[in-house]
Order: sequence, then C-alpha cells, then structure tokens
Amino acid sequence: MKARPRPDEGPVKVTAQVAVLGIRHHGPGSARSLRAELERLGPDVVLVEGPPEADALAGMAADPGLRPPVALLAYVPGEPSRAAFWPFAVFSPEWQALRHAVEAEVPVRFCDLPAACGLAFRPDVPPGSPPADGVPPRAGGPGAGAGPGEPPPPPPPDADAGPGAGGEPAVRIDPIGALARAAGHDDPERWWEDVVEHRGDTPFQAIAEAMAAVREGYVPTGREARREAIMRRAIRRAIKDGFGRIAVVCGAWHVPALAHAPGEGPWGAGLPAAGADDALLRGLPRVKVETTWVPWTYGRLAARGGYGAGVASPGWYHHLFVSPDRPVERWLTAAAGVLREEGLPTSSGHVIEAVRLARSLAALRERPLAGLAEVTEAVRAVLCEGDDLPVELVRRRMVVGERLGRVPASAPAVPLARHLRREGRRVRLTPEAPEREHDLDLRRPLDLERSRLLHRLRLLGVGWGVPRGGRGKGTFRESWTLAWRPELDLDLIEASVWGTTVPAAATARVRDLAAGEGARGGVPLAVLTGLVEGCLLADLPEALAEALDALSARAAMDGDVTHLMAALPAMARARRYGDVRGTPAAGLAAVADAMLGRICVGLGGAVTGVNDAAARELVGHVDAVHAAVALLPDPSVDPAVPVAPGTPAVPAAAPEAAEGARGGGEETPRRRWLAALRALPGRSGLHGMIEGRLTRILLDSGELDAGRVGTLMARAMSAGHPPARAAAWIEGFLSGGGLLLVHDARLLALVDEWVTGLTPEAFTGVLPLLRRTFGAFAPPERRSIGARVRALGAGAAVPGGGTGGPEGMEGVDEERAAPAVRAVRAILGRTSGTWRTRA
Amino acid sequence: MTTVLRAHAEDQYAEELAILAEEDDRPRPAGWRLSPRAVTTYILGDGDRVTPKYIGPRRVVEVAVATLATDRALLLLGVPGTAKTWLSEHLAAAVSGDSTLLVQGTAGTVEEAVRYGWNYARLLAEGPSGRALTPSPVMRAMAEGRLARIEELTRMPSDVQDALITVLSEKTLPIPELNREVQALRGFNLIATANDRDRGVNELSSALRRRFNTVVLPLPATTEEEVDIVSRRVGQLGRSLELPAAATGPEEIRRVVTVFRELRAGVTEDGRTKVKSPSGPLSTAEAISVLTGGIALAAHFGDGVLRPRDVADGIVGAVVQDPVSDRVVWHEYLETVVRERRDWHDLYRACRDAG
Repeated sequence: MKARPRPDEGPVKVTAQVAVLGIRHHGPGSARSLRAELERLGPDVVLVEGPPEADALAGMAADPGLRPPVALLAYVPGEPSRAAFWPFAVFSPEWQALRHAVEAEVPVRFCDLPAACGLAFRPDVPPGSPPADGVPPRAGGPGAGAGPGEPPPPPPPDADAGPGAGGEPAVRIDPIGALARAAGHDDPERWWEDVVEHRGDTPFQAIAEAMAAVREGYVPTGREARREAIMRRAIRRAIKDGFGRIAVVCGAWHVPALAHAPGEGPWGAGLPAAGADDALLRGLPRVKVETTWVPWTYGRLAARGGYGAGVASPGWYHHLFVSPDRPVERWLTAAAGVLREEGLPTSSGHVIEAVRLARSLAALRERPLAGLAEVTEAVRAVLCEGDDLPVELVRRRMVVGERLGRVPASAPAVPLARHLRREGRRVRLTPEAPEREHDLDLRRPLDLERSRLLHRLRLLGVGWGVPRGGRGKGTFRESWTLAWRPELDLDLIEASVWGTTVPAAATARVRDLAAGEGARGGVPLAVLTGLVEGCLLADLPEALAEALDALSARAAMDGDVTHLMAALPAMARARRYGDVRGTPAAGLAAVADAMLGRICVGLGGAVTGVNDAAARELVGHVDAVHAAVALLPDPSVDPAVPVAPGTPAVPAAAPEAAEGARGGGEETPRRRWLAALRALPGRSGLHGMIEGRLTRILLDSGELDAGRVGTLMARAMSAGHPPARAAAWIEGFLSGGGLLLVHDARLLALVDEWVTGLTPEAFTGVLPLLRRTFGAFAPPERRSIGARVRALGAGAAVPGGGTGGPEGMEGVDEERAAPAVRAVRAILGRTSGTWRTRA
Repeated sequence: MTTVLRAHAEDQYAEELAILAEEDDRPRPAGWRLSPRAVTTYILGDGDRVTPKYIGPRRVVEVAVATLATDRALLLLGVPGTAKTWLSEHLAAAVSGDSTLLVQGTAGTVEEAVRYGWNYARLLAEGPSGRALTPSPVMRAMAEGRLARIEELTRMPSDVQDALITVLSEKTLPIPELNREVQALRGFNLIATANDRDRGVNELSSALRRRFNTVVLPLPATTEEEVDIVSRRVGQLGRSLELPAAATGPEEIRRVVTVFRELRAGVTEDGRTKVKSPSGPLSTAEAISVLTGGIALAAHFGDGVLRPRDVADGIVGAVVQDPVSDRVVWHEYLETVVRERRDWHDLYRACRDAG
C-alpha cells in the first residue's frame, strides 16, 4: 500500500515517501479527489502513467494555448501510420496531475512503458480483418490495463478484440467500473462519489484496498508485467534522484503492483526486486519515436460506433467535474436551455418536474442520487414530452459535447504535416507560395498520384491545390493551381485530428461528413454525391463504401425525384473514373441502379402539374438521366455495343426483336427507364414540353413507332389543348433537334402532315409558336428543312410510318453504297456477316 | 369469474398481487397497495411466481411507476397495438387494486364524464344536493385516493380535456352548485393513453400537456421478439376463431414480420438500404391480422398451406393506406428490396400481382 506521509515520521534512512494514487481513467470523481490529494500531499515530483518520451512536452500544460481535450501523440517518424494517442480531457485525472505539477512548479515524469517499445510491436492483424492502413495501432496492442494509451484512437482498430485481448476481463480495463457494476450501478462516477468519496479517509486508501482484493492471487504476465516493472523502475529512479515526496498517478488496477503491502513502512516491501524487473525489461525492441500534442474532441473521446473502450459521455463527465454543486439541477437547466435554443418551449416548471422525476426514479432504482440514466429519462419524459428527437439533440450537444481542444503553435509538427511533406517529395510537388499551374495526365502514374494527393487534401479542407477549369477535355486530364499559403499550416494542425497520414485522415473526415452528425435534417444528396465523387478521385476505397451507404440511405429518404435525377448522372459519370484511375468502384453500380429504380417509380408523380420553369428543368433532368442510363452497366448486353443516346435506334429493322433478345428475363436499367417513360405520354396534367420530349426519346429509342407518335402528336396538337401547350409540345419534341428533321424524313413527314392538316384558323393560331421553335434552329438547318419540305411536297409519296426505317433508305443504290458500308463496318469492327438488304 | 368474458386485471392476477403485497417490505407511498418496486416486479414479472404482463424495456415501466409516485400524471403514448391500455390497466390494478375507474375518450365524451353529472329525477325533486350528484370515475378516484384511467385522451374534445387541468394542478374538483369541492386524497393520480398517430385529432393544450410526464411505448425491439409474439397470437387466434388448420411455416411469418418491420423502421434488417415508411402504423397487431386472414384464405380457398399469394393482398392492404403516396412507397420497397432477395421471388411476384 502506500506509505502515508506523516509529519512525525522522521526519515531514519533516506526513505522517500511514495504515494501511489489509483485513479479511474477519465473519471471526474477521480480527478477531483486526485487534485485535492495532490494539494494535501504537496509532492516534489509527480509520476504519471504515460509514455516517458513525452516528458519534455508535459511542461506545455502550463501554456494557456494548450486547451483540453488534447491528446499526446507518439508515432514512428517516417511511418506515421504507426502511432498511439493518449487523450486528456479537463476531467482526466492525468490532466489534473499535469496541471497540479506545472502550477506547483514541480517536475512531472511519465512512467509507463515507452512508446518506443509499444510501437515496436506491429500488431499482427488477424486474418480477414480490414487492413489497418493509416489506423494508428494502439501502443503495442491492447495489453493490460486501461492506460491512457488504450483509449480509442480515431478510427480505432477493433479495440477490445485486438490481438491478445480476446479474453481480457472487463475488470482489468475498468476495474472501478466493474466494482460499480457489481454493486448494481451503471454510472461508475456516481458510484465513486457515493461509495468511495463519502468514506471518511482519503478515497485512495479505499481504492487501493479494493484493488488489492480484486487482484488477490493475480500474477500479471507479458506486456502488463513489463508495464508494471517499468513503473516500479521509474519510482526507484525518482527515489535515487533524491526526491522526498513522490506521487504516482496510475490506473487503479496497478496500485497493488506498485505499492504492495498495505500499511506503513518504506516503499517497496513485498514487491519484486529491482533485478527481477531488469530481467523482465531486458532486450525490449525499440523504435525511434516522436511525440507531440494534437487537438482532440469530445466526440472522439466518446465511445461511438460500437468501439468498446472510451468514455460514453464526456460531456456529462465534464459537467460533473466543473459544476460546483447540484449537478442534476444544473444539468437539467442546461438541457432546457439547449431545447429553448432550438425553439422548443421549455419552462422552469418543466425543469422542476424533471428534477422530481429523476429523483423519484433514482429512489425506485434504489440509488442514492440520480445519475445520467435517470437524468436522461427525465429529459425524455418531461422536457421532451416523450419525443426522442430532442433527446438525441441533448445527447449530442451535452452528453457527448462538441468541445474541441486547442494546441499552441509551439507544439512539435504534427505527423500529418510530416507525412504530407514526404508525400509531396515523393510525387515531386513542393509547397511554394507563388501560384503554379499543373496539367496532369492521369494516364501517367506520377500525375495520377499527384491528383490523388491533391484531392485528398481538398477533402481534408487543406486547399493547397484548386482545380482549374471545367472537366471536358476527357476524363484523363486535370488542371490544378497550386499555392501554399501560411494558413494552410494551421489547417493541417486542425486536420491532424482526423489521422496521421493524408489518406487515413481524409478517410476519417469523409466518414464524419457522410455520417452528418451535425447536419440538421441529414446531409443533402448533392453533398453526398460530391463526397462519393471525391472518394473516387482521391482513391479512398474505405471511405467510399461508407459514403455510398450514406448516399443510398439518403436517396431512399429523399422524396424529391428531381434531386435523385440530378444526382444520378454524377454517379454514372463517377462509375467511369474507375476505368481511368484504376479505382475499384464496387457498390457504385448497385447504388446507381437503386436510385434509378426510385426515379422510375417516382417519375410519374413528379412530372405532372408543374409550371413552365419546372418543366424546362425537368426536361433537362430527363435528358441527363437518359444519357446516364446508357452509361450504367447492363449485365445482359454485350458491352461492346454502346447504346448512343439521342440518336435514332441503330438498325431500324426490328427494335423489338433486339430488345427481346437481350432482355433475357432480367430487366436492364435501360429497359426499366424506357418502360417508366412509356407510361407517361398521354397522362392528363402532363406539361406539353415534357410530353413532347418524352415522346421524342421514346421514338428515338424505338419504343414507339411512327404511327403511334403520329397519334400522340395529333392529340397534342388538337384543339382541345390551348395553343401554348401545343407549342410547348413541339418545342419539347424538337428541342435541340432541328438537324433530325433534315435527316429523318419520317419525322418531317409527321410535322408536315400536322401543319398542313391544320385549319386556316388554327394555323394562324400556332404560327407564332412554331416560329419560336423553328427560329431556334441554325439558319443552315432551317434552309435544309425547307428544301426537304419542298421535296416532300413534290414527291408527296412519303408513307407515314409503318416501315419505321429512315426514309433516306428509299432511294439508295446498293451497288454504290456497298463500299461505304464495308468501310463503316470495318471501323465498327464487324467484319463478319453479310449486309442485309431491304426486302 | 367463470362466465365473464374477460376478467379485470386485479381479479385475474389477484393471487400474484397478494403474494407481492405479502412479501413487499419497502415503503409504500400513501394510498398505494404496493411499493413502487413491487409494482415494477408485478408488471415485468420475476421469472418465477409472477408472470410478466408487459414484455418490453424495463426503463419504460420504471419511468411510468416513478411518475405515478410523484404527483405528476402519466401519459402513455404509442402507435396502436403497443399495449398502452394493457399497461395502464395493470398499473392501476397494482397501485390501487382497482382498474375500473375508466373514462373512454371519444369524440362524444362530455364534460360530465370527467367531472360529475346529475341525477335529474332527484335534482328536480330535492334540488341540488349531494345525493343528486352522479360522480364521474375521475371524481371517485379523487375521493377514494385511487388511480383513474382515461383512454384515448386525444380523441376527446378539447374543452373536455381542459376540464382535467384543475384536477391535475389543484388536485381538487369544485362543485359550485353545492358550494363544495372534492379534494383528492393521497394516492390519486391519472393515467392517460393516447395514440401517437392521432395527435392531430385533438392536440393536447400545452397547459394540459405540461401536467403529464410522457412515456412512449416502443414497438418490439427485435425481429425474433416480434416473430415470437406474432406466431403465438396467430396460433391462439386461429384456435379461438376455429379456423381450419392451415400449415404455416415459420418462414412465412418471418417474411411478413420482416416486411412490416422494415417498412416501419425505414431501413432493411441488414441496415444497408433505407426505405420510405408508409403512412399506416404497421403494428404488430396488423401483422397478426394479415397472417390470420392469409390462413383463412389458404384453408378455405387454397390448398391448406399458407402461400405468399394468401398474404400478399393482406400486406398490400395494410401498407397502402393512402392510395397515392403509400403506393409509391410500397412499389419502391418492392422494387428495391423484395426484388433483390433471391429466395423472396415468390413473394415478389405475388405482391406484384396483388398491385
């Protein structure tokens, strides 16, 4: 046990007084007791569980620029993905120990296993688990005890089921929590207050006794034994260095190993001899390690997403630590404040009733005081009137908290910055202040690497490079403007909270954005498609999977089909990056397919009852989706036959047969889309422009034959519709397609038939509208159309519909056409087969 | 007791209540038959002599009991079929030993139902007097220090609801005609139930709302739990309705429950696909009726085995309550989720045929 300092105990020999103070990591109750105990003891050196490499950094706790939550980071230079974090919040006992030491101006030493040894072990990745690239492995794997080195690093590897931790009993991770649970409390902090602190003497005495009982007969092995040996060695050295009053702050679990026999007497009685410890520590592997401070967040500290270790409610702990008294009342008042900010009326009466309910619930559960569980129930039942949404708001804002730490500029460079520097050297990009332009050809590996690096930095919010100009020169070219501004250094420090390497940090950042914790009403669809595109451009396959999940979830909830339609082309486009960039885009096709399904289902509702502006917008969307559908993978069709959108279906002979042959039972995206479109024309309430455009698309893709189109057109043009709608129909039908009338006599005949069939009055009525449509065509187009119309009038023998073939075929001299056809077939790569002549 | 179609909770479980009362050594609030702890045990069961009455999260029951132990009224909210009435009846039985002080809220509930009415023959004969007064269940609960229950609070007209404000805040019911008042004895409290989905019918005034602690009863947490509840109830109903026995594979039940759960939760069981939720509540009770209907179809018109086509119409009918928006939701679900499941093709086809 610890030798309690007694004023009357004269040092007979040079005996140092060693107080071993067992704490609960990140426990506010522990932190408060510790601070009081340290002030009472007045030690002349404080030993804290942590990596000794960081001794030099401990003094920075005095810097007001270092504001918790922060984390000590130890990493292997040159290999920044091997790193470990030791987070500190204001309510962490370790932080309070540091603060006490700097305020009392006594030295602080860290006394845990050096990070140099911890990081020397590469945690063997269990087979089948995701590669831990960029994921900081916890110092040497989750060994013994819940040292501050054990909390969850940003995207933590499987914290509790890591190698060697398979059967780790919970009691070693959080022995005080285990004791509390054994006593039937789910909030160890409350239990600490109720049971430990309300005992007469110092709580540390009680904890040491409890731990001695818990550890009865337990012999530490492996890493844990070495850690405790190191701690003992650190204490011995402190004694040798002549310190008289030594305070050791360590996890409660270790107390019996550091201060064996409870009671009085010189330190060290009953502990392994120095020689045994030395033998244990001989020949430990070491790597070169650097340390620094990085900012941390409460969100990070919180155990979210199913990772075992960590603090579930940093905000609540913070509250317990900083509120001087009446924590329940203060908490509920603050919760009411949060709800009021959101415009939910919450009166003082509510708060009073919530406090009463929390108390009565605590009494029912036979707890001396209300804890977080009771308080949350009171918030739900009284303040939020049973609604879970505001409860979640309170959880996010208060229970977890949104506090972000700060690190002064004097802290050593973060590994992210070093990694960036190295990466920059590798791809030969130097951070320079003047702007420079780079044209990248993505077919070259170096340029591809550069592009990826720049895209990753953009995702991280470090705007070193800015893409220049639009995409349009093909998918393999990119232009960037590069300039390194001083504030980018700060951006890097801020971004270092996400990880230690550029790809790892970018991945974590995308994950966070896609999860959209902060966004009200969810992340907009456009942001998510942007993220997916960003992931593909930046080659972040892990983040891509999550962004895609978020996207498909969002797409399912988005009731506005136009949003989906706007998002689909980007997805189809993104799918093609895979080819240029070698990025596997698995899953993308499935999401795009699901989105198409939703568009097809919802399109009918979206196109009816819209005004002119919305119709124009929708026509644009329909065109874009139609083009995108052609890019979607079509499992049953030979990929060598591209379906060109916007041009007439290739062989006019038998489109149904072709469709039937490739259909093969499974519906292709194209067929689903066309089927959805086909259901629309003729609906009531459909805007003329949309109907015209849909008819044209269906005609072009061979879904409708000319006769049916003629019927639709006649109906659209009939007197039952106001002239404006008829004009809109023609506009939609012919949008951007003047040339088509030149080459497709069939279409021209339809239009001509309709125009000539109009009564004189009706003709006068629609003339201005027709002029508006035809006026948009280029003059040569108009001239050609005029010439064709004259020819039609002369021949007057154009059969309207039926054959379905381009009318140009009528007068073809097959003898003379044969060489040209052969050449075209050679270009298309179809040398076999015979040229089928028209019967 | 034998000829009664359905016994009150306090009669049916009188034995368990007696056991608990005998062994209960914790302090009881004034007017309570049991301590709050024992009430919780009565509701949730002790795994031995006390059967569980409510299967669901413990914290819901604890908050409800703790609320009744303060002088705040309790409002049980939930979609239809979440055992609100059941829970309120058992709470009243355990706390007051009497679950009969009940006011059923309907659009036609009048103020007399929550305050007091008059026996007009006496009123004319004797003038206003205590004997001419007809107390409401709420008034009797106040006078006797018991729990009163109000079913479907939000279906009552607002002016009737507001008659409760004085009762809940002042704990007194003035009778101006007699220049008297009825003051609530200790032990009086109010349990109201209301349908989540019906909130809009007669939204509670905030003055009244403020006097209630709200507990939302959740739907079954896991598929296993719900499949269990559904198959047990389907079996019971089949027997009591004397349906011809049809072979029901657990697979068909699981599929119906899965469809209901996924549409209700707005996300597929594997958590990978989000779907929209239709406007109907899709409660467990509806899943039960879909399956019972399917069994009847299969037994009378089919081959005696429950087939997808027997349940398809029922599912579509339960899901598509609003002919426009729900149909879109349903078709989206059908096309994006059901179509993708390899072994669900028969159900997919049956549902497509059903519309």
